[in-house]
Amino acid sequence: MKTWLLGTCLALILPSSLAQRPTPAERHLPYSAMRSGLDFSSTDVQALQADQFANPAQHWLTLGNALWQRGSVANGKSCQSCHGDLATGMRGVATRYPEIDRTSGRLLNLEDRIQNCTTKHQQAKPLAPESEALLGLTLSLAQASKGMPLRVAIEGAALAHWQAGANLFTQRQGQLNLSCANCHDQRYGQRLFSDVISQGQPNGYPVYRLEWQTLGSLERRLRSCFSGIRAEVPPWGAPEMRQLTLYLMWRAEGLALEVPAVRK
Amino acid sequence: MSFTRIQWPQRIVSGDVVKLRLLVQHPMETGFLQDLNGKIIPRNVLRLLTCTLGQQEVFRVEPSSGISANPLFEFHVRASETAEVVVQWVDDRNTRGELRQTMAVLPRL
Repeated sequence: MKTWLLGTCLALILPSSLAQRPTPAERHLPYSAMRSGLDFSSTDVQALQADQFANPAQHWLTLGNALWQRGSVANGKSCQSCHGDLATGMRGVATRYPEIDRTSGRLLNLEDRIQNCTTKHQQAKPLAPESEALLGLTLSLAQASKGMPLRVAIEGAALAHWQAGANLFTQRQGQLNLSCANCHDQRYGQRLFSDVISQGQPNGYPVYRLEWQTLGSLERRLRSCFSGIRAEVPPWGAPEMRQLTLYLMWRAEGLALEVPAVRK
Repeated sequence: MSFTRIQWPQRIVSGDVVKLRLLVQHPMETGFLQDLNGKIIPRNVLRLLTCTLGQQEVFRVEPSSGISANPLFEFHVRASETAEVVVQWVDDRNTRGELRQTMAVLPRL
């Protein structure tokens, strides 16, 4: 009798608890089908990215590496004084962002984390979004993980963010009524006017875009997609963008980080 | 802050014709574009860029608004002896940039 009751209780509890917890869906793109944006680029863009000297992102890398060692005006602390050498101390860090911040519980991308350090530990003013300094530092951090596979954590507190990002990815929006998935899951490899549609993989950011004529973050790139489908662009630093980034990073899990990247 | 990078082959023997590659970090604002508030961004392009090898000027260019941001220049020089390469540029805002680097040339045996 007792065991029977326990069994029913378990049976009653289990399905409901499973239903509440959204489980990561089957990947639309398996690892074997995953292709970096570089594969969709023209040969001259590929050549520019491969050219260690002429790749224009190298300038930002130089800046980022210099800023890593530069002490803050307020307390003299540099990134290096806490984290050590960039290449060894920060190896693999860029592959696991966005990540939940342990103290605030917020979802932070790599730029947010740098800002956190700048304001909290260096007691300096926050760097402006898309400023050369912030982009340079982000690129240097990405460079320290060059060639390593992306792997973000979507367990625990991050799961709800992952789900929100997944919803945003598949939700139609804007005047053109398109979702990210419409192009980047279902129609990659086809053409949008003269452009080949890529899979929208986030493995080369911050990226030097020939269209921008400068380096730009993933957030800027996502904003440009939002305005491309004539949707309302979320404000800078919006949590939606971090959630979407988390989903994109999860979607690209296993893809190697390739920086400094150049795109059209 | 703006960076200038220069590259030449690692091993140069006297008399060699070598390719110099020069990458300058510069926004090259054409003066035709607007910022997000619809205000015209004033023209700011490199007005003059020169490169001297030792005492001799080996390259001079007056780029205009048709040149992309962060331009790459490539040219050839004949290297005869170890000398200092000096790159100097000035833009519309009268910002100046300079890069000095010594090009080591091995004697021909």
